[in-house]
Amino acid sequence: MHIRRVSAAITVIVLALSISACGKKQPPVARPVPPPPTDTTGGADRPPTPPTPIQEPTAVPPDPSLTEDPLKNVDLDQINQNSPFKPVFFSYDSAEVDGTGQQTLNENAGVLKKYGTWVITIEGHADERGTAEYNLALGERRAMAARTYLLSLGVPADRLKIVSYGKEFPFDPSHTESAWSKNRRAHFVVTSK
Amino acid sequence: MTQTKLLTAFIALSAAIVLTAQTQPPTGPPPPTQPPAGQKPGQQPDVVDVSIAGVGGPPKYAIPELVALTNDPETVKAAKIIGEVLFDDISYEKEFYMIPRDIMRTIPKPTSPDQIALDRWKEVGADGVVIGFVRRSGDGVVVELRLMQVSSGKMVLGKQYSGSLKSVSDGGRMYAHTFADEVHNQQRALRGVARTKLAYSSDRDGGQVKGPVGSRGVSAIYMADYDGANEKRVTFQTALEISPVWSPDAKSIAYTSYRDGFPDILISRIYEGKPPERPIRGGKNARNYLPAWSHDGSRIAFMSARGDDGNTEIYIANRDGSNEHRVTNHPMADSTPTWAPNGNQLAFVSDRTGSPQVYIVNVDGTELRRISTESYCDRPTWSPAPLNQIAYTCRGGGGYQIMLYDFGKGGSIPISDGIGSNESPAFAPNGRHIAFTSDRTGRPQIYTMARDGTDLRQITKAGANKYPNWSQ
Repeated sequence: MHIRRVSAAITVIVLALSISACGKKQPPVARPVPPPPTDTTGGADRPPTPPTPIQEPTAVPPDPSLTEDPLKNVDLDQINQNSPFKPVFFSYDSAEVDGTGQQTLNENAGVLKKYGTWVITIEGHADERGTAEYNLALGERRAMAARTYLLSLGVPADRLKIVSYGKEFPFDPSHTESAWSKNRRAHFVVTSK
Repeated sequence: MTQTKLLTAFIALSAAIVLTAQTQPPTGPPPPTQPPAGQKPGQQPDVVDVSIAGVGGPPKYAIPELVALTNDPETVKAAKIIGEVLFDDISYEKEFYMIPRDIMRTIPKPTSPDQIALDRWKEVGADGVVIGFVRRSGDGVVVELRLMQVSSGKMVLGKQYSGSLKSVSDGGRMYAHTFADEVHNQQRALRGVARTKLAYSSDRDGGQVKGPVGSRGVSAIYMADYDGANEKRVTFQTALEISPVWSPDAKSIAYTSYRDGFPDILISRIYEGKPPERPIRGGKNARNYLPAWSHDGSRIAFMSARGDDGNTEIYIANRDGSNEHRVTNHPMADSTPTWAPNGNQLAFVSDRTGSPQVYIVNVDGTELRRISTESYCDRPTWSPAPLNQIAYTCRGGGGYQIMLYDFGKGGSIPISDGIGSNESPAFAPNGRHIAFTSDRTGRPQIYTMARDGTDLRQITKAGANKYPNWSQ
């Protein structure tokens, strides 16, 4: 997005420069005599070659990295909206990472390896069935469990921050078993890159 | 802006009350008795410092509307509202039998303080009657309230207050609250709660939290009178801000704020409009939650997860953040602290046995003891002295119910009515009432109830409202 904006700006500037340059070359008063033809390949009887048309500015080529990796040059909001990280889900009242959770974290560790500068915040969340205050503590423990597993996979500690939101930010606000299972989660947010 | 207005109104009213307190009728030792016949029209009635007694039951009180002595709309409205609010304030503590409003309306209003229809009040069985007058005076109002002993015609309590016109912009509720507390104090040696306030968090004003994840609603700190009137927003960030607690002087509120991307404890001096203080100075390696103010205001207990740990423990620090120390030390989660009134103990929640339970511990970490026995418990709130109880919430009845643990009896009883899920109990400063969150009507709202579970009142209605706390 950034690159496109920059290239658009460059296009505008180049165009403006060309137009003003063109204005200098062609004052409003017409020239009395056309310049002598520089091209001598034509016969003497041929009409003089028309002046070279003003050249269009070269279009700025698209940034090659855009096609290489769609995530390298987009901002944090866009990364997090289509996050490459999958949430880890927990059982009721539990902060234990199960087999499925470990699989998810293995994949998340791969993403962290690929983007070696990203720092992420692991958010611990709880469903609405627990109480508001204790869920803040439970969220810390869930985030910690996910973090501990990632550390064991070799992810550096300084790239993994923690926060707990308790039951304040449900992923699905409905009051169903299915919503609750989605809300008991460790959610990964890229906070700097 | 609102904070500044609040402050102005508060100062204006407090100043007025302080000023007129010096000129109010004496309420000290009773003056020499005068023969009743000696009282002339316009003369102050005799003042006696006695408790109005009832016959075979609680004293019967009549609290009719006040009399407007000037005819401007502010005065007329204040006369009506002050009477209504005073009636509600006095009935809230259930110390008196209240003469019903429809009966009071059959008795003519006095036209001056010395023309009270005592015979009529006697007929309807009133032992005490409150007679009040409101009049416009310059740029403000003067409110006079008298509690009369019906049998003797003597005044047992008289107060004259004055304030700016702004002080009656809500009908003059603070005049009623102030006199109600005077009546309870003098007649029943009871600390009323009419001037106390509630704080809570609410998402009512909408807005989205700043940050990389969309669709997360703003939650801000709000406050209201104990009866839900005069709701005001206290914090104005586009952030999650929860779990407010009043300082004992009711001039500051501490709360958990995520405004900088991590949870920390902020303290707002609500009438000063300054940026909040951050005494514990949290950060991504010191995540602080759930402040609890000691009853003397000198210390704050809170839950904190330090370093890379993510395991929450209970900490205590001085009000300014100094002298911080850790109270608990356990690999499982410790959360939700509350202070004992004497400042020597805390109650908190720990899941060290598997499920969250309520424990008490000395502030130096010694003498840990579990007091709850249900399957899941949270948000202990220690009662004010001299009651020795802890209210908390526990799983039951299809949700959560408010329980009351009694140290004297060594056990708990449920006090909420089992309807919906009821969480986050907070004691009124006199221990007679409990505010809590309930989802009985849908979204979570703040309610109050008497300590025996009766007299349920819904305080909030807009948005979702949680984490109530009652000012001291």
